[in-house]
Amino acid sequence: MAGRPSTKKTSTKASPASPQRNNKRKASHLKEAGGKKAKVGLISKVSGTSKNGEVAGKTAGKSASKKTAEDSEEDDESWAYGAVSESESEAGELEDDEFVSADEGSDIEIGTLDDDFLGDEFAGSDTHATSMFDSDNGDGKEESEGEDDEEDIFASDSEDSDEDDLEAKSRKLDAAKKAEAEAAEEELRTNIVHDDDKYVLPEDDHETLQSTDLQVVQARIQEIVRVLNSFREMRQENRSRNDYISQLLKDLCLYYGYNEYLMEKLFYIFPVSEAIEFFEANEVPRPVTIRTNTLKTRRRELAQALINRGVNLDPIGKWSKVGLQVFDSPVPIGATPEYLAGHYMLQAASSFLPVMALAPQEHEPALLKNTGMVFANDANKDRTKSLVANIHRLGVKNAVVCNYDGRQFPGVIGGFDRVLLDAPCSGTGVISKDASVKTNKSEQDFQMLSQLQKELILSAIDSVDAASKTGGYIVYSTCSVTVDENEDVVNYALRKRPNVKLVSTALDFGKEGFTRYREKVFHPSLSLTRRYYPHMHNMDGFYVAKFKKLSNKIPSKNGDTKDSEDYEAFIPITDDPGKRGSGGKKNTKSPKTEEPEKITFNDEEDEELIRASKAKLLQTKKGIKLRPKKTE
Amino acid sequence: MRPLTELETKTFFEKLAKYIGRNITHLIDRGDETYCFRLHRDRVYYLSESLMRKATSVGRDQLVSLGICFGKFTKTGKFRLHVTCLDYIAQYAKHKVWIKPNGEMPFLYGNHVVKAHIGRVTEDTPEHQGVIVYSMTDVPLGFGVTARSTSDTRKLQPTAIIVFHQADIGEYLRQEDTLF
Repeated sequence: MAGRPSTKKTSTKASPASPQRNNKRKASHLKEAGGKKAKVGLISKVSGTSKNGEVAGKTAGKSASKKTAEDSEEDDESWAYGAVSESESEAGELEDDEFVSADEGSDIEIGTLDDDFLGDEFAGSDTHATSMFDSDNGDGKEESEGEDDEEDIFASDSEDSDEDDLEAKSRKLDAAKKAEAEAAEEELRTNIVHDDDKYVLPEDDHETLQSTDLQVVQARIQEIVRVLNSFREMRQENRSRNDYISQLLKDLCLYYGYNEYLMEKLFYIFPVSEAIEFFEANEVPRPVTIRTNTLKTRRRELAQALINRGVNLDPIGKWSKVGLQVFDSPVPIGATPEYLAGHYMLQAASSFLPVMALAPQEHEPALLKNTGMVFANDANKDRTKSLVANIHRLGVKNAVVCNYDGRQFPGVIGGFDRVLLDAPCSGTGVISKDASVKTNKSEQDFQMLSQLQKELILSAIDSVDAASKTGGYIVYSTCSVTVDENEDVVNYALRKRPNVKLVSTALDFGKEGFTRYREKVFHPSLSLTRRYYPHMHNMDGFYVAKFKKLSNKIPSKNGDTKDSEDYEAFIPITDDPGKRGSGGKKNTKSPKTEEPEKITFNDEEDEELIRASKAKLLQTKKGIKLRPKKTE
Repeated sequence: MRPLTELETKTFFEKLAKYIGRNITHLIDRGDETYCFRLHRDRVYYLSESLMRKATSVGRDQLVSLGICFGKFTKTGKFRLHVTCLDYIAQYAKHKVWIKPNGEMPFLYGNHVVKAHIGRVTEDTPEHQGVIVYSMTDVPLGFGVTARSTSDTRKLQPTAIIVFHQADIGEYLRQEDTLF
């Protein structure tokens, strides 16, 4: 535990450069810090001068209160405690001085909290207030006020002793960070006044490989994240961003136990500090959630029945009317009489989403009052058994279960109103459930999976009847967060099937899908798809896209020219061979998926090309018309 | 998937009649839609005709389940009702037994129902009659066969078995692999 303070703290420490943002961040930090503290902070801010006497009276007990605040946190970061208590006594001294000009600056105190924290941090090593601010600047945090203001600010800060908790906490964090830095001392250049806080990237690769001490690695991760967050100020002149990132990736692999390929894949999906949060969230299990079977009972009745069995539960959130979240239960939640009677099923919160997006209508696909029909297909024979068991237990009377490879589908039976494709995936969204994903997925697996997904999504689209009055929808979902398995596949489908378009998933939360990712550019409508992350939504990593099929005709049927033709119908692109060549960095991908990269938006040039490609399109169309005549 | 032969229909309906008697007709002549029984790999499924038509396009090897499974024919040609048909036979059952909360779990673990656990019984239930077992909150838990008629049970010890266990919803967990 001591080795891993929570990521929240990490992000607080890794502060952005601009003071404005500091202010905001601190303010929000105050709010987060729990009702009491936040309120107290705000009150003292308003009252300003009138509180002086009172506060001064409290000064004596100040260091004591700080001590308790720190004690409360001790369990988390006991290994950093030594460093903190050191700075503490110094801070106490400082505050006595500060009261000299305590009547000003109360309006900016929240904004300057940060400075104060930092000052206290450095009080551990330097005794003078001025030197503290120096080191502050060295930290890369710009001062919002001039030199003259500083003392006032300081004073106003210390005015409200109630903020001590916060101060202490944050000082503690900073001190902890410092302690970590010291722990990794061998690798740090200790340049005391200005560059004190500038993290120095270890030069030697061997050295880093040898240091398998997790605390050292973690400290290094935090430092690098901090540097990356304000790269211009914090970087070493002679090191590039890549140097930092490659070291960070190595450390993250070591610390969280991922293989390097997967780590790289996941890392670039998020901003740096968010990536760390993601990896951290993967170490914690998600809450148990159950879904009410509305065929047999209502959520309120079910909740009451379970509460009577001593289960502690709550509705899952406003977005679902059938979900319940189980906190703890004295009985196995998967074996209660209610479960056996089919009143609910265990289902991850994320799995509610694709169904909500599909939004089946009564008399159409079922699950609403057993009207309509459901074809359930699973490629895995073993899984069909539990699927059938669930269907019968839940009282679904209108389902057919079959065991095909999904790619055979329009061939078996088609013309559906709606299709929900929960594609097989790498499971990078459910690492908290199955940690083996961390190591057992290679580049080859990802290639195979996205290939399979692309085939499946086309099958799914072709199985839907666009003429359906209420339907014609396809929902594509995976429990993976990688772009290869999500946006890339959806983009591929849009390109290959111009007769579908993306529509809103009707899910009012979740992050928008990427319209561009690294070197790839996707169709702008991909922003209608939704991504879910464990660290953001406290559910498994998930992806949902919803298509509407516009017509049953696939616009082009000519096998050979299909690719380019389809593509031109979708987005006009250049046929310039030189440009094609330039984009092909990753040869591992199929060339079709790479095409979006090469889009350049030179209008004049494009116009010409559009004309050219239209002419080409017409030619090929003539070809299509001619061929059937010949065969006839 | 094929319709049942005459012999199969006879065996099947005889078994079903033990629980729902002449109410079988309600299963076949429904107001909403025509329903039918179909045999697929020894198992009898109950489904609407429209669903059956759609399901014909699924190959025999790939078809796992359709509609609701009522039970299966054993190798000796007898018919065994499965708990999966509980919804339907509970709807049309003639004789019912309600068991107290303390008797729920023993029954769901596959035990017979003893007299001490019985909360309520349909009047005039004869001996060896198929009955549906309910919890006191009217949730069907399974079905069984009475060991004694209602009038006879009055004289019995609290530990005496009143209903022989046939099937219960606990089988969804205990026999998930063999049930389907």
